[in-house]
Amino acid sequence: MTSTVPPVSSASGVDPAALELSARPNSLGRYGQFGGQYVPETLIPALAELERAAAEAWADPAFTERLNHLLKNYVGRPSPLYEAERLTEHYRRPEGGPRIWLKREDLNHTGAHKINNALGQALLALRMGKKRIIAETGAGQHGVATATVCARFGLDCVVYMGAEDMRRQALNVFRMRLLGARVQPVTAGTATLKDATSEAIRDWVTNVESTHYILGSVAGPHPFPMLVRDFHAVIGEEARQQCQEAFGRLPDVLVACVGGGSNAMGLFHPFVQDTAVRLVGVEAAGDGVASGRHAATITEGRVGVLHGAMSLLLQDEEGQVQEAHSISAGLDYPGVGPEHSYLKTIGRAEYGAVTDAEALDALQLLCRLEGIIPALETAHAFAWLEKLCPTLAPGTEVVVNLSGRGDKDVNTVADRLGDQLTG
Amino acid sequence: MRNAAATTADVTSADVTHAAVTNASPIQQRFAQLHDQGRCALMPFLMAGDPELAVTRSSLLALEAAGADLIELGIPYSDPLADGPVIQAAASRALAAATTPGRVLEMLRSLQGELTIPVILFTYSNPLLNRGMEAFCREAAAAGAAGLVVPDLPLEEAETLSAIAAGHGLDLVLLVAPTTPPERMARIAASSRGFTYLVSVTGVTGVRTTIESRVADLVRQLKALGPTPVAVGFGISGPEQARQVRDWGADGAIVGSALVKVMAEADGGGQDVAAAAGRFCGELRAALDA
Repeated sequence: MTSTVPPVSSASGVDPAALELSARPNSLGRYGQFGGQYVPETLIPALAELERAAAEAWADPAFTERLNHLLKNYVGRPSPLYEAERLTEHYRRPEGGPRIWLKREDLNHTGAHKINNALGQALLALRMGKKRIIAETGAGQHGVATATVCARFGLDCVVYMGAEDMRRQALNVFRMRLLGARVQPVTAGTATLKDATSEAIRDWVTNVESTHYILGSVAGPHPFPMLVRDFHAVIGEEARQQCQEAFGRLPDVLVACVGGGSNAMGLFHPFVQDTAVRLVGVEAAGDGVASGRHAATITEGRVGVLHGAMSLLLQDEEGQVQEAHSISAGLDYPGVGPEHSYLKTIGRAEYGAVTDAEALDALQLLCRLEGIIPALETAHAFAWLEKLCPTLAPGTEVVVNLSGRGDKDVNTVADRLGDQLTG
Repeated sequence: MRNAAATTADVTSADVTHAAVTNASPIQQRFAQLHDQGRCALMPFLMAGDPELAVTRSSLLALEAAGADLIELGIPYSDPLADGPVIQAAASRALAAATTPGRVLEMLRSLQGELTIPVILFTYSNPLLNRGMEAFCREAAAAGAAGLVVPDLPLEEAETLSAIAAGHGLDLVLLVAPTTPPERMARIAASSRGFTYLVSVTGVTGVRTTIESRVADLVRQLKALGPTPVAVGFGISGPEQARQVRDWGADGAIVGSALVKVMAEADGGGQDVAAAAGRFCGELRAALDA
């Protein structure tokens, strides 16, 4: 155990009106001061079209039936809520401890939560008559999910990926190519997720009349943060019902990793108005927040604009966006979804950060105790349990979003652990 | 100058422009003069600090001497979403040379009395918001800037900034794209100050070999909406295309990537960058006046 102890929840003091759905976002696409549409004029009509198409789709039983059918039979939902008995035992104190449950998004088709959104947006693209799909990807999980649904529906697919991330996530690059997608390396800037996102937006500005952009996180201009959240809300909706079945009440604490924040938002969303449920997001502290080499946007960022939204942002004193650092390509992003900035600012959700080393330890712990290799992104959520669990009363029910599996990260982990692993 | 009468077809833009000239901003005055002379405005874009601010300074003077009517001056930003590779690279070079908004404004201030044509600052939202809208506009005006273009600040986000800018005598210029629907185009044209910036392509900035012919219709549509001058930019690569947009009725031609490229090539070849900028500007001027 190191550094800070998380604060005890005080979300009960939050103004209920601020938690209403109509405030997240409001009619202008804002979550408080956050969100909005800071994009070139060329895209504004496409964003309006997308918002309209999404509203019509959600109101159309044929759309929701098709989505639910595919979520069940193609994705494999519902994903289990699994009681992690040995992990629970690990954090047990003499007087007892919290009980830890895992929401198994790693068991979805393609191995992560990302497919929920990719599938939903692909169905929207079909409704809008757009036959070409673009996406950005960091760890490659969203790229693989997008390539997968494009193959499934016969759509052209181009995935923008930072050259550095292509190196780190070579397996996922191959998977995308196998699925028929073109993976476009991005060498600009830091050659990571931020630059891949910029390049995807530039492609969209250029080809907006033929192309839909399947943005992979709860980031970007309105309506993307809302749209992506709504497609991932199935995670929280299922968890809510599964908690009732498993222990007859709502959970006490939800924990999820946050890069852009899509898996966290998907889990949190159906619980936002239940202020007794603590919402905990875990960011990547890289080499440590004090080192300056990190991706802890909510912990360290200031209000700014990146990729079309106002949110918290890692930036220098002149407003230039700073490079983020994380062992996890999916968290290696200097921005964060606007709704997270909002939930943090109004005091509804709490956020912490763990280092690369802490995430690696947590990854190994989950391997050894539960026989599950989590993604490096996901391992950050587990690393926070080290700080969180000792503060929780016996009998506290904790749900951790196991957002993705770690096969893609085995090479990175091997590089870092090398001969430390024996057996 | 954007009054109700302007919407009727029998009021020409010239009538309205003359009527308003007394309270006109430097940008409006410049367009009014050019209109009287029957000329199309030449508006080069260059990136401040590429390769260094001293070169930008001498280039600005060279551009004015070579016949530029207004200048769009880019403030470099780390994540320029609306820019293609040429201007992205220029921004990277400028940032590597430690260019900051403050240093750009300082350089601009040093030109007061020397540079007489209006300078419009091109900046993305984040550096502007980081400084604060009020402070940014105050400092920009004090440095002698005449207007602002913020390519990632669409109409919905622009109202507040436009009012603050106007309070400091700065025109906030808004952009119209080929994808903009007619009703929205009318609202943008009504809110834009100084001129309306017509983006000639569905895409990012860059050098292109041809200008889409639908630009002619867009210019016509925009001109029919009122007296605000229309300048066309994004993708004008040289004298021929500048003349083309003039012939389509545009009040101004904005040339960015092509000039930035000429300057970068001159710098790479060890030549005088300002002189190269001036030469290219002279060719554009000749084409527009021919």
